[in-house]
Amino acid sequence: MPEPHKPPTPPQRAAGGVGTSPVRPDATAKVNGAFEYASDLRADRMLWGHTVRSPHPRARILGVDTAAAEAIPGVAAVLTHADVPAAKHYGLIESDQPVLAADGTHYQGEPVALVAAEDLETARLAAESVKVDYEVLEPRCDPRRAVELGEVFRHQPVRIGDPDLTEPAVVVTREYVVGMQDQAPLGPESGLAVPSPDGGVELRVATQWLHSDLDQIAPCLGLEPDMVRITMAGIGGAFGAREDLSVQIHMAMLALKTGRPVKMMYDRAESFLGHVHRHPARMRYEHGADAEGRLLYVKAEIVLDGGAYASTTDAVVANAASLAVGPYEVEHVAVDVWGAITDNPPCGAMRGFGGVQTCFAYESQMDALADELGISPVEIRRRNAVSQGSKLITGQLIDAPAPLADMLGRFTAMPVPAIAAERDAADLPGGFGNTTRGEGVVRGVGYGVGLKNICYSEGFDDYSTARVRLELVDGEPVAFVHTAAAEVGQGHQTLQAQIARTELGVERVELLPADTSVGSAGSSSASRQSYMTGGAVKAACEAVRELWTERDLADGPIEAVREFRHRETKPMDPVTGQGDSHVQMALCVHRATVDVDVELGLVKVVELTAVQDVGTILNPVALEGQIHGGSAQGLGLAVMEELVMDEGRVRNASFTDYLIPTILDMPPMRLDILENADPAAPYGLRGAGEPPTLSATPAIVAAIRDATGLPLTRVPVRPEHLVGTP
Amino acid sequence: MRLELTLLVDGEAVTAVLDRPGESLLRTLRERLGRTGAKNACEQGECGSCTVLLDGEAVVSCLVATAQCEGREVRTVAGAVPGEVREAFAACGAVQCGFCTPGLLVSVADLLGRNPDPADAEIREALAGNLCRCTGYEKIIEAVHRAATARTAENTHTGAPGTRPLPPSPSPEKDPTLPHGCDSVMTEGRT
Repeated sequence: MPEPHKPPTPPQRAAGGVGTSPVRPDATAKVNGAFEYASDLRADRMLWGHTVRSPHPRARILGVDTAAAEAIPGVAAVLTHADVPAAKHYGLIESDQPVLAADGTHYQGEPVALVAAEDLETARLAAESVKVDYEVLEPRCDPRRAVELGEVFRHQPVRIGDPDLTEPAVVVTREYVVGMQDQAPLGPESGLAVPSPDGGVELRVATQWLHSDLDQIAPCLGLEPDMVRITMAGIGGAFGAREDLSVQIHMAMLALKTGRPVKMMYDRAESFLGHVHRHPARMRYEHGADAEGRLLYVKAEIVLDGGAYASTTDAVVANAASLAVGPYEVEHVAVDVWGAITDNPPCGAMRGFGGVQTCFAYESQMDALADELGISPVEIRRRNAVSQGSKLITGQLIDAPAPLADMLGRFTAMPVPAIAAERDAADLPGGFGNTTRGEGVVRGVGYGVGLKNICYSEGFDDYSTARVRLELVDGEPVAFVHTAAAEVGQGHQTLQAQIARTELGVERVELLPADTSVGSAGSSSASRQSYMTGGAVKAACEAVRELWTERDLADGPIEAVREFRHRETKPMDPVTGQGDSHVQMALCVHRATVDVDVELGLVKVVELTAVQDVGTILNPVALEGQIHGGSAQGLGLAVMEELVMDEGRVRNASFTDYLIPTILDMPPMRLDILENADPAAPYGLRGAGEPPTLSATPAIVAAIRDATGLPLTRVPVRPEHLVGTP
Repeated sequence: MRLELTLLVDGEAVTAVLDRPGESLLRTLRERLGRTGAKNACEQGECGSCTVLLDGEAVVSCLVATAQCEGREVRTVAGAVPGEVREAFAACGAVQCGFCTPGLLVSVADLLGRNPDPADAEIREALAGNLCRCTGYEKIIEAVHRAATARTAENTHTGAPGTRPLPPSPSPEKDPTLPHGCDSVMTEGRT
C-alpha cells in the first residue's frame, strides 16, 4: 500500500512555483516552429474568406452588385449587410458598429461585403470584383470640431477645489499632441470557422477575451450562445488590437452560409485598417505651482479622437480623466476629457489605455515647471509625489504602497552612461547609415513617471473563473487547470502552472485549452490577468486543497471551480469625476539618455532604465520581458510610431512606412524592480504590463529636450521637429 | 499555367505544383507544403518573420519567387537552427508571443555560423531585419550570447573548429531538452 498523497501546507516554495521562472509551456513548440498560430490553421474542404472594405472614409452606399464576383469560378459565397442573420451591429461596450455597412461608411476600411472562395487569391480577386456604388462625402476628421458640435462618445470632467482661487508663483501652459499609435502585433488577424452538424459554429480565433467575443458574435448570427463554441488559437501578440472583433462574425457567416470551414487572415495592410488604434490626443494643460515647485492647480482640456465607432472610447476617456495629472498631489483641478466622434479609424484599446497620452502631457508639464523654477526634474517630481495615503484627483485613497519618492531616488545609484571615447557608428544617431562621427551630436537625459490603473474600473465586474482538478495519473498527483484566459505571449499560462504548483505542491500541471466551455476569465488587458485569473486559479487550488484534507486522492479526482472578483469600484461622477473608480494603481519611472544629431534630426536612445514597483515578483524572467517590451512600445511612440492620417485616410499602412523599434533602435535596458506588496491582491502582486509603456515616452522626449533645448510638444518626435524644417 | 518543381526543404525532397508563376517561397512553404514554421507577419520583406536559409543564405522567403528555387535547398526553423540556439531562446525568456521567433532563430543560426562569438553590436546588426513586438530585444541578445557560449563549449568538448557546419535538422516534433535557463528554472517541461 503506497503512502497516500497529502495536501501541502501552504505556502510552498515549490520547484517551478510562484517566484521562479519556469520555461514557458509553449516554448518548445515555439522554438521548433511547430506552435500553431491562428494564421496556421487549416481544415479539410476549407474556403478562404476575404473582406471588401470601403476605400472612402465617408460615403453613402447607393448599391452593391455582387454578380461579377459570384460569377468567378471558385467563389462560394458573396455576402452583404442583407445577409447578416440577426443583429446587424456589435461592439465591446455599445453595439454601434455594423457587421457590414448598410447605407454608408464612416471610416476608411469599413467592411462592406464578404467573399468566400476556394483559395485566397480567388477570394481577393472576387473581393475586387464586388461593385459598390459610393456617393463619396467629405469626411469629418477634426476631433476638436466634433467636440464643439457635441459629437462625443463621452465627456468626463474632474473638478476639485477651485484653481482660480490659488496664487501660483509660476504657471506653465502648453498644448500637446499625441499621434495615432498602432499595436502592430506581428501575428495577423486570423481564425477558422467550422460549421457544426447542429447548426451552430465552432470558431478558433486569436482574441483577448473569448466570452466577450461570444457575447457579440452570437446575437449577430442569431444563434444561442451555446451554439457558438470558441477556442483560443495561437496568438501572435495583441497589445489591445484583439479586444475588438475582427474576423469573428464574418468568417462565421461565411461558414454557416457555405456549410464549409472558412479561414480568414488579414495581410499587414488590411490589419492596419482592420483593428482599432490608440486614440490620438490634443491636450491643453495649465499647471500652477508655488515658488518651491509644489503644484497648486492643474487645468486640462483633453480631446481624444474616438473615430467612427464607440469601441472602448468610454473607458479610455475615464482613464485619461482620472489619471490626468499623474502620480502627483494637487488640491485644485479642472479637467475635461472628450472622446470625439469623427470619420477617422475607430480607436480603442492599446497597452496603456488612456494613460499614455496624458502621461506624455503631465510629465512634460512637470519638466516645464522645473525649468521655470530652476530645479531638477527629479526634485520637482519628488516634491509632488503621491505616496500611500494620498488621494487621486477622483478622491480615491491610494491605500497600497506607492513609493514614488523612493523610486525616483533609486537612480542616484545608477549613473548615466558615460560617453565613450571612441564611438562605433552603430552607437550614434543614424547608426550604420554612417551619418556622423560625432559632430553635431548632443546628449540629454530625461525622466518620466507613469501611473496606471490595473484591472477594469468604474463598477465593471471583470471577474475571472478557474476550474482546477487534481487527480492521480500513474500514481502521481497532477493538477489540471482550465481557464478561458488569453495567453497573448505575456506568459500567463506559465503563471497558472506556477500557482498550481505552489498551492497544491504538485510537480506536474496540465493546462487545458482556453475555450468557452469554462466561465469567463475576462480580458487579457488592463494588466489584469495575473491579478484576476491568477487570483481565480489560486482560489480554485485553495478549494481543492481544502477538499483534499478531507479525503484520499486515491478515491477519485478532486475538482473545484472558483470565480474571483476584485473589490467593487464605482463610476466616476459625471459632473465632478469623483468616485473610487479603480482597483489598483501601479507606478513606473524611466530615465532615458539620448544622443541627438541636431543637423539631421536623428535620435539614438542610448539608455532606458526603469524602476517599477510590482508588489511581488511572481516570475522574474516574464516580468522583465513585460517591462522591456512595454518600454520598447513607449520608445516607439516617442520617436517613430505614428499612423499618418490625411483626411481620414491612413497613409502608411505597412511595416515599410509604419516603423516599430528594431533591435538597433533599442538601447540596453536596466531594470530596478521593487516589491512593496499590495495586501489586497493575490500574493501581493501589482499588474505590470502597462506602466512602462506610459513612462518611457515622456522620459525619452524629456531627454531630447534636454539635449536640444527645443520645446517638443508632440509625439512621435520626427526629424523635422528637431531641425526646424516643416 | 502550371509549374512543377522540386525543392529540398529541411533535408527532404519535396515537389511543389504552382498555378501562379509569381508565388512566393513563403506562400509555397506555408500553403502548399504545410510547412508553417516560416511566419507571415508582413509579406513585404520588412519583418523577417519568414526568414529561411536558401542554399545556406538567409533570405526573407516572402520576397523570393518559388519559381526560382528549382533544385535549391531551403532550411526553415525546423532544419536550420542548432539545438543550443533553440534552448537558449526558450530558457532566456526570448520568446513571448513567439511569432517572430522562427525567423529570428534562422537569423541567429546564420550569424553564429559566420561569427561564433558575436559582440552585442554584431548581434544587433545581424538581427536588425527581424522585428519583435513583445520583448524589446533585451532577452534576445542574452539568448544569443547563451547560445554562443553553449556552442563554443560543445565545440571545445568535441574538438571541432570554432565554426562548424549546421547540425542535421532535428525533427520539429521532438522536444529539445531544455536546460536550466539564464535565470530560468526548469520544471521538466511538462506543463
